[in-house]
Amino acid sequence: MKDVTFGQYYPVDSFVHKCDPRMKILFLIGYLVAVFLSADFYGLAACAAVLVLCVAFSRVPVKSVLRSVKGVLFLIVFTAILNLLFYRGETTVVIADVPLRWWIFNITVEGIRFMIFVMCRIFMLVMISAVLTLTTTPVSLTDGLESLLTPLKWIRVPVHALALIMSIALRMIPTLMDEIERIMNAQRARGADFSHGGPVKRVKAIIPVLVPLLLSALRRAEELGDAMEARCYTGSRTRTRYKKLTFTWRDLLLALLLAALIAGVVLMNVYLPPIL
Amino acid sequence: MRAISFEHVCFSYGGEEGAFSLNDICLTVEEGEFVAVLGQNGSGKSTLARLCNGLLSPHSGRIVVMGTDASGSAADIFEIRKNVGVVFQNPDNQTVASIVEDDVAFGPENIGLPREEIGRRIDFALRAVGMEDYRRATPARLSGGQKQRIAIAGVLAVMPKILILDESTAMLDPRGRREVMDVIRRLNRENGMTVLLITHFMEEALLADRAFVMHRGEIVMRGTPREIFSRADELETYSLSLPAAGQISRKLQQKGFPVATCLQPEELAKEIERCASGQNI
Repeated sequence: MKDVTFGQYYPVDSFVHKCDPRMKILFLIGYLVAVFLSADFYGLAACAAVLVLCVAFSRVPVKSVLRSVKGVLFLIVFTAILNLLFYRGETTVVIADVPLRWWIFNITVEGIRFMIFVMCRIFMLVMISAVLTLTTTPVSLTDGLESLLTPLKWIRVPVHALALIMSIALRMIPTLMDEIERIMNAQRARGADFSHGGPVKRVKAIIPVLVPLLLSALRRAEELGDAMEARCYTGSRTRTRYKKLTFTWRDLLLALLLAALIAGVVLMNVYLPPIL
Repeated sequence: MRAISFEHVCFSYGGEEGAFSLNDICLTVEEGEFVAVLGQNGSGKSTLARLCNGLLSPHSGRIVVMGTDASGSAADIFEIRKNVGVVFQNPDNQTVASIVEDDVAFGPENIGLPREEIGRRIDFALRAVGMEDYRRATPARLSGGQKQRIAIAGVLAVMPKILILDESTAMLDPRGRREVMDVIRRLNRENGMTVLLITHFMEEALLADRAFVMHRGEIVMRGTPREIFSRADELETYSLSLPAAGQISRKLQQKGFPVATCLQPEELAKEIERCASGQNI
């Protein structure tokens, strides 16, 4: 359990890994916009091309990226079925002279097209998010978010404190994982059984683990607070940052790619004949 | 200059009325000194550490650290915390970041240093604890001794004049304990760092110039470690014992062997050798 790290960072050296986390977060947002702006398959094809580029230049095996889709497979299938059954199309599909229409369900050609469209959309959203988390450590994601949210300081949002909370939470995950293991072993030694019985029984077995875990987390929090204060932490505005994020030519390329994608999608929406 | 001075300091966790956790403590630590504070659990030695850097403030009496009053304003306390670094018991509860250099940078960031200076201080602090090769490592994957050395580096990066170690080796295995003690001794000898070592390991106290023994919130013995360990019977009344070598030499004396009371293992070995050759065993 010791090697469980939060997120799914894939440690290789690549173009995408080296990009500024802020640019990557902005790119993700821009990409989502592009996907949702696409009114037809042309736009989606452009998005898919960009996705392929991103995966290729991240040097993360395609298998690892695809693995993240597995988690949302149910969501994709569920949305697909709903769209298939309820899409208000006009041409009902006929198989062997039997029209596929029953009660309130009506499977239409347009419905099938739209289902594929929606599946592609979700698939691409999940894939691009996976590329972000696979190529960016949680720490630099937090740094990036903090930097991007800096303007909120003007409306008195404690951005720095929030970022610190996030990074401490990330840092505590392995420590608490060890703690869970230790508590569970202590319970096992006294005859607790975590791996047999129905779901209700298993959940009940977890409660005696959670209570000591919570207590120890609170105790740790208090000690950490003391240690932070002892290291001169006051939460004041005069605090400086050691880590500095810098935009490079890579980030410029990424920004240009994004701009081209969004412009392309808009132009395709206007000028190309609809398929849907 | 006097590093730390306590004048008739009283403190209690239960407020003014409650039982005193510290009662009428007077002590001084000079700059560059290595002082050990010994005592059983609950003797008040950790409270002492927390009073030194303003995490707690005394109910009566006066604490002055490097010329600044520790019960003063927030600005005074901030000044004191820059001068006093405290390393606590559990390294896991002192690390704030997932990467070593970010964690060491935490203190310098808090005092608002520019980036270049923070970089220099990370170099200095990691070198001082011999962990310069672990800059980009993850603390969670290091050994206990290494984690505690990172915690010391995090404190050193603020460049304090005084280093307080509050049972900092209690959770470590013997090897980790030795790693940490080597670092502390070097800091004291070579960098002139004032060290206040709070411990219940008697072997560690031997490295100190002076030692205090605390019992139920009071200082009951003071002197050089050798002086204190020469009063073994008195120590026992405070539930403390001699270092292992001292215990063995006393047992030998009780059995009628003419060995001197030794505190270091090497010393004891020589003593036993001398004694054995004298008796032609």
